[in-house]
Amino acid sequence: MTASARAAKPLDVDALIEDRGVGVVVCCGSGGVGKTTTAAALGVRAAEAGRRVVVLTIDPARRLAQSLGLIELDNTPRPVEGVGAAAGGSLDAMMLDMKRTFDDVVLAHSTPDKAAQILENPFYQAVSSSFAGTQEYMAMERLGQLRAQAERDGTWDLVVVDTPPSRSALDFLDAPKRLGSFLDGRFIRLLAAPAKAGGRASMKLFSFGANLAAHTLSRVLGGQFLADVQTFVAALDTMFGGFRERADVTYALLKEPTTAFVVVAAPERDALREATYFVGRLGAEGMPLAGVVVNRMQVLEAPGLSGARALAAAEAVEDRAEDDLPSATAAVLRLHAALARTAARHEAHVRRFVAAHPGVPLSAVPAAATDIHDLDGLRAVGSALSGT
Amino acid sequence: MPATSLAHALEGIRLHVVTGKGGVGKTTVAAALGLTLARGGGRVLLVEVEGRQGISQTFGVPPLGDTEVRLVQDSSGGELWGLSVDAKAALLEYLQSFYKLGRAGGALERMGVVDFATTIAPGVRDVLLTGKVFEAVGRTSGSRRGHGELVWDAVVLDAPPTGRVARFLAVNEQVADLAKVGPIHSQAQSITRMLRSSRSTVHLVTLLEEMPVQETTDAAAELSAAGFGVGTVVVNQVRTALVPDPVLARLGSDREALADTVRSDLATVGVRSGDRTVGGLLAETEAHAARLHLEDGLRDDIGALGRPTLDLPALAEGTEDGGVAMLADELAAQGVG
Ligand SMILES: Nc1ncnc2c1ncn2[C@@H]1O[C@H](COP(=O)(O)OP(=O)(O)OP(=O)(O)O)[C@@H](O)[C@H]1O
Ligand SMILES: Nc1ncnc2c1ncn2[C@@H]1O[C@H](COP(=O)(O)OP(=O)(O)OP(=O)(O)O)[C@@H](O)[C@H]1O
Ligand SMILES: [Mg+2]
Ligand SMILES: [Mg+2]
Repeated sequence: MTASARAAKPLDVDALIEDRGVGVVVCCGSGGVGKTTTAAALGVRAAEAGRRVVVLTIDPARRLAQSLGLIELDNTPRPVEGVGAAAGGSLDAMMLDMKRTFDDVVLAHSTPDKAAQILENPFYQAVSSSFAGTQEYMAMERLGQLRAQAERDGTWDLVVVDTPPSRSALDFLDAPKRLGSFLDGRFIRLLAAPAKAGGRASMKLFSFGANLAAHTLSRVLGGQFLADVQTFVAALDTMFGGFRERADVTYALLKEPTTAFVVVAAPERDALREATYFVGRLGAEGMPLAGVVVNRMQVLEAPGLSGARALAAAEAVEDRAEDDLPSATAAVLRLHAALARTAARHEAHVRRFVAAHPGVPLSAVPAAATDIHDLDGLRAVGSALSGT
Repeated sequence: MPATSLAHALEGIRLHVVTGKGGVGKTTVAAALGLTLARGGGRVLLVEVEGRQGISQTFGVPPLGDTEVRLVQDSSGGELWGLSVDAKAALLEYLQSFYKLGRAGGALERMGVVDFATTIAPGVRDVLLTGKVFEAVGRTSGSRRGHGELVWDAVVLDAPPTGRVARFLAVNEQVADLAKVGPIHSQAQSITRMLRSSRSTVHLVTLLEEMPVQETTDAAAELSAAGFGVGTVVVNQVRTALVPDPVLARLGSDREALADTVRSDLATVGVRSGDRTVGGLLAETEAHAARLHLEDGLRDDIGALGRPTLDLPALAEGTEDGGVAMLADELAAQGVG
């Protein structure tokens, strides 16, 4: 554990995963900081502490996915062999397939004909595969489903979720609502109105503005496109109570005391700034924060030797050398000095964060030399998380 | 696959599209490339399309809008200009020019129709954005398109990330499905033709890390299959090798002897040389070696793409305060411009 992390209140990961009152752990953070790795490591550690865990990953690195036995993207949790059995726990893992999740929602809430009609709709296809926010929306949706399944069948007692890669961690909270209110929004309703009322006659009810808008859009986009949107909205309407409402239900789940957020950050300015926004937001929303994980901290194996002394020593060694051959010792010392500089920078960033958020539990995970791509790597991250 | 030469990959290119996994340095590399080309005497336009104000932050100038702003005037006579394209403004401008909307544009805005068209149909948004790029690439000084001199010698586009770039560039097919008629449809076709021509190329920025390299490989295949030219692979944030290969080799073959050398050298210069220090230093070197080994493997994956690669160093002080200029020097030294 590094000096700055020691100064903070430690994030007690083992207490968190052993707490039977916690049913959902959400790993959030800005892009590339280690959300997927942390989610998987928590899943492994919890299973090996006797929990029956399902971990929902999103776009894991290929080798990590393979180590978890995630060979197919089939949107279904599969058991990860060799994890947890000795402790009476288990680990299931899955990769989110956002289109499939969306399709399943449609299939579950409509008659087969209607569902087929929606699934074939070009507008639906665009929204479900490439719309901004769809991945966040579907991650929440799938979380809601897993949680419901866990309660219904008793399959799992802990759901760990990863969140989609995104520049801002807040997208996970905001994007589903944005997409939901957009799809439920005023304009899309207006467009849907003629289809619902059964024809162009009701166009008369439109204000001039709406008329102009619809008219322009159909000229710009082509009439067929608007017709597709109209059919889509009308079909969805008869199906379930609106996107916005659905997003709200899952959102409410995140506020329950059985949920715990783990905010992941890198020991760099931008990532910690994002973490600050996110922590503030959780507070404002009354969402339970378990703590912050600062991942990929540079740690030194020879902490007793300062960077400055190492550099001075490197020079002294080179001065004494009798020939011009590169000195192995000098090279090793220069490497140490460079690592010490990085470690000091990381420490300084974390110290600032800790000073600004005195009550927030924090745990630091050292940067491993290579990627984390197998169960042993995940176990090492898990033990670093718990400070052991 | 033998790598195409850099000169060949860059010859005659008027549009440089820069993409990569989120956060790898697309904006930084696009800025450095634009600067390099401008220092070679060209009039260069640097365009961003995600409304992030990355260009203004990189160059430390006030936020860019939908008019072009000069960022750098080089002594060679070259100039670098910046533009931030906003889909909403582009749509209004576009409706204006096709439909002479006048004040009705405001009504559209109030109705949320502009938001609607620019957010709901990702293809439409991308046609509008690439439409502006298309316009700039082909802009001439004459009164009509195609008359007079070309205004820009090169346009550098800070593009969406690898996961979305192929779809972004292939707007034509997307839009042909959604908007089957109308002016957007026909414009989309000309844009795609320009993007696929031999005068446009896509540069892939990556780090020597597993996921960015994986995305680079996937994107290269996807772009080629979709008919877009892949230019260079830019390896960003390359760390200088601090420990020479022979030392790393000794670590593997004769760790004990190396430990003895380090111990006695440290003792000679009066530095604490206990087992913890010596063992720690060697452990750090071993971790470094493991990292380099991983990076070598990733280099092989990049090499297999058969594209020229450019290396940019990790700047310890970050990219502010002239960092981009240093990266531009690096590109020039490696033969760009
Ligand atoms: N402590 C660590 N030491 C070394 N490498 C790490 C560590 N944590 C994560 N990594 C590596 O960093 C890369 C990014 O990690 P990960 O995929 O977990 O990030 P993410 O936040 O999920 O990214 P994205 O935002 O793209 O989803 C992976 O290659 C992973 O193996
Ligand atoms: N060679 C470099 N040396 C040091 N820092 C760098 C280098 N290249 C980029 N950076 C820094 O890395 C961060 C990300 O770079 P940049 O914004 O260019 O990435 P991007 O790919 O455009 O990100 P996004 O996907 O968010 O648009 C910035 O803080 C930038 O200053
Ligand atoms: Mg991830
Ligand atoms: Mg950028």
